[in-house]
Amino acid sequence: MDDLLVDFLTETREGLQSLDGALLQLERSPGDRQTLSEVFRIVHTVKGTCGFLGLSRLEKVAHAAENVLGLWRDGTLAVSSAGITAILSAVDRIRTIVEGLEATGGEPEGDDSALQAMLEATAAGDAPQAAAAAPAPELPAAEAAPAEGTGAPGAPQSIRVAVDVLEDLMVLVSELVLTRNQLLQLARVEENSSFTVPLQRLSQITSDLQDGVMKTRMQPIGNAWSKLPRLVRDLSNELGKRIELEMRGAETELDRQVLELIKDPLTHMVRNSADHGLESPEQRRAAGKGETGSILLNAYHEGGHIVLEIGDDGRGLNTERIRHKVIAQGLATEAELAAMGERDIHRFIFRAGFSTAAEVTSVSGRGVGMDVVKTNIERIGGLVDLRSREGKGTIFTIKIPLTLAIAAALIVEAGGERFAIPQAGVLELVRVGDSAGPRVERIKDAAILRLRDRLLPLVSLKRLLRLEEGAPDDGATGFVVVTQVGAQLFGIVVDRVFDTEEIVVKPVAPILRHITMFSGNTILGDGSVIMILDPGGIARASGLGAEGAIEAASSGAAPGAAARTGSRTAMLLFRAGPGAPRAVPLGLVARLEDLSVERIERAGDGSVTQYRGRLMPLLSVPGVEPRGAGQRRPVLVFGDDERAMGLMVDEILDVIEETLSIDPAGERPGFLGSAVLAGKVTDILDTGFWLRQAQPDWFGRPTRERPPRVLLVEDSAFFRSLAIPAVTASGFEVLAVADGREALRLRDAGERFDIIVSDINMPGLDGHGLARAVREGGAWAGLPMIALSGQSAPEDVERGREAGFSDYVAKFDKDALIRSLRQCLQIGVSG
Amino acid sequence: MREAEITAPADEAAQMVLTLTVCGQLCGVPVLSVRDVLGLQSITRIPLAPSEVAGSLNLRGRIVTAIDLRPRLGLPPRSADTPAMSVVVEVGGELYSLLADGVGEVLSLDAAERAPNPPTLEEAWRQVSLGVHRLGEDLLVLLDVERLLAIMA
Repeated sequence: MDDLLVDFLTETREGLQSLDGALLQLERSPGDRQTLSEVFRIVHTVKGTCGFLGLSRLEKVAHAAENVLGLWRDGTLAVSSAGITAILSAVDRIRTIVEGLEATGGEPEGDDSALQAMLEATAAGDAPQAAAAAPAPELPAAEAAPAEGTGAPGAPQSIRVAVDVLEDLMVLVSELVLTRNQLLQLARVEENSSFTVPLQRLSQITSDLQDGVMKTRMQPIGNAWSKLPRLVRDLSNELGKRIELEMRGAETELDRQVLELIKDPLTHMVRNSADHGLESPEQRRAAGKGETGSILLNAYHEGGHIVLEIGDDGRGLNTERIRHKVIAQGLATEAELAAMGERDIHRFIFRAGFSTAAEVTSVSGRGVGMDVVKTNIERIGGLVDLRSREGKGTIFTIKIPLTLAIAAALIVEAGGERFAIPQAGVLELVRVGDSAGPRVERIKDAAILRLRDRLLPLVSLKRLLRLEEGAPDDGATGFVVVTQVGAQLFGIVVDRVFDTEEIVVKPVAPILRHITMFSGNTILGDGSVIMILDPGGIARASGLGAEGAIEAASSGAAPGAAARTGSRTAMLLFRAGPGAPRAVPLGLVARLEDLSVERIERAGDGSVTQYRGRLMPLLSVPGVEPRGAGQRRPVLVFGDDERAMGLMVDEILDVIEETLSIDPAGERPGFLGSAVLAGKVTDILDTGFWLRQAQPDWFGRPTRERPPRVLLVEDSAFFRSLAIPAVTASGFEVLAVADGREALRLRDAGERFDIIVSDINMPGLDGHGLARAVREGGAWAGLPMIALSGQSAPEDVERGREAGFSDYVAKFDKDALIRSLRQCLQIGVSG
Repeated sequence: MREAEITAPADEAAQMVLTLTVCGQLCGVPVLSVRDVLGLQSITRIPLAPSEVAGSLNLRGRIVTAIDLRPRLGLPPRSADTPAMSVVVEVGGELYSLLADGVGEVLSLDAAERAPNPPTLEEAWRQVSLGVHRLGEDLLVLLDVERLLAIMA
């Protein structure tokens, strides 16, 4: 039998079991809307699915029953006892047909016209007649079916096991592991014990058992997707649309319970995308799109969450229509709507009973879709959201926390309490405070760790969680857990670090959900309960995610290029030649090296060194002190792995973060100008100049193909002069303009680019305005756009996305910009 | 409450109540919501949680949030030498442990004999009390478990 059919039968059987009870409940209390919705959903699912399976008899019966239920649900028709009888007869008939299906693989023959007539009569409001027609003749073939069905079981490849059973197994295994560990501890004390060998065996088996039990819970998301290609194919036939389904990240593993729970919502959403989202080939052609619409499924892990995206390149949501419907249904007033953003209006589609489809099709359009999806996802602690652009498509995003998944976690202690930090976000551990390790420094109250080439903001867990007891000794000795959330790196200061442990993440009790610092809790091997920290929540609570928000608020008041460069930039300070120290934005430096003088060789009239298997040209800033044999030479390395250039300096001094205000006066070759850094006038290095010195063809590198053209929109001349060499050195062709208007003039002049990189805060037409203008139409409407800004709080990123940016990169994170450029060019713009 | 009436139709108005003491005051919770009674447990503190939340504990592999009835009812904290007893209740599929000073017996109380809350009862108590029963010399405050757990953050 077809897999699809087997699944359908299993699901339908489960649904039918609860239907009888629910219907009787409904008869007792006809006003019970929740039960009514439940009944409606089950019947709707049966109808929806059997349409795809070609089960026409079943579909007809379910459809007739659904009609009645729909009228009840809308309040058009009152729930009556006779009506319930009619629905129950329909349920019985569905059951009979399903049993026949199970036995033979095909729908049993039979005549449902009497039943259908009865349901139609009920729908029309003719209750008494319906009651009279109730006893439907049973079919002999169908009666024989159940016996056959139960008597001929095919050997099942898989069985359904209650999750509780797996949970219990999991708990038992944890206990077993614990006991094993205790035994091993005992055996270690007694050498040459006769227990040693069997104990080792026991230990091995326990580990294998643990792995096995873990595995039973994890499944690739692809399992939930396996039915979708078929579904989409059938849908495209049924709807007369050409649909392409792309699935990415099918191997992303998911707790089986979560997987089961998202299967239905997912199917629903794909169905919705195909039905409502995508246009017919004619409409697509008229809109200037390819005839084949695409649905993209994407799954990936992100900071302790599993993110699922269901996107289409269809018509997008019709904001106007949603607005009318919202007002018509009384969900909000016009004034309330006027105050809402487009996105908030779109979110109304998640409300119960909301459907914008103009007509009811047999695929969807009864308003049973998105509210069910939302309820199901929220039930497992997930979030669902959407972004949509009219004419471009819609992307639904489901974010499910790892509540049920297993994760590796680092166990730490702060203020006498233990916590688990999910290892996914942990980059490294640094011991601080003792004489050998690095020191925690302070700028007023802000603790900072100098970690190699960067300054790491620190967050004291003890202080954050208000665990401080006695003397405030935080930072004196302890460990820094270097953590990454998005692009933000920060350190969490803890007192002790224990070990890593595999944990089963459990959601916290509802009364604790408001504490955003925790993503869940778990039980450790020793039986104690421990809270799991959420690095994202910690970053937000410490204001790390919202860095630059204040500057954004005040930036409007300070126009002008030099004054406007509000965000702080990490600058590398170094000494090269006599006089004032020099500086270069840290983001432009690939690496810092300390070479022994012997490694520096003469080649022609320049210096080179063997670096990572290649010859790297070395330049020196005029006036740099000569070094004798046996000494070492600090070198700043620019470029990437393929091409690099070293700049020899005297001494690397410091990394500081400063608000840059550059003064181009006193310009000299090799320097952009000077700025006041740490109270001193400092020359700022012109990276582009030195790269050209090293290799005159640096920017005109012979490439295999035409380099991608980048349009850089940035009002600050200083940032332009820094970004151009960095981007060019990575193999792009860059044209820079000073503001959004100038950019649009280029578009109107017919200039072609492959990608646009734009600052957000600019006088005149700002980044958001530019993005909107570009997306509105014209030759650039489909270009990927990267936003460049000092503000990278989630809201800012979100605003950028809404305006039409494909990606958001923190200013001066050169590597991130290059990465993003490559990524965006590779995948193109997807909505 | 309703559940109690349904499951005990023979004695229609009677309700089975587990008695417990908090700061010397006799209280009762409906037996039907009680899942377990435990002695002293190791409780993990939860930073930033409301003061009524004592922490969480492990009940045979399930994580149970412990609510200390003393701060919940506006009473002084328990001294270190009075170990708390833990009454585990289930509400909305979640387990909670109510920390009391002592746990007594199970009584069958007649709803008809229940007196309404005296108007002088403190607000913190009035919110969670379903009424007062006279038991000889003692007064028993019948607690509403769901309202006990409605802790505002």
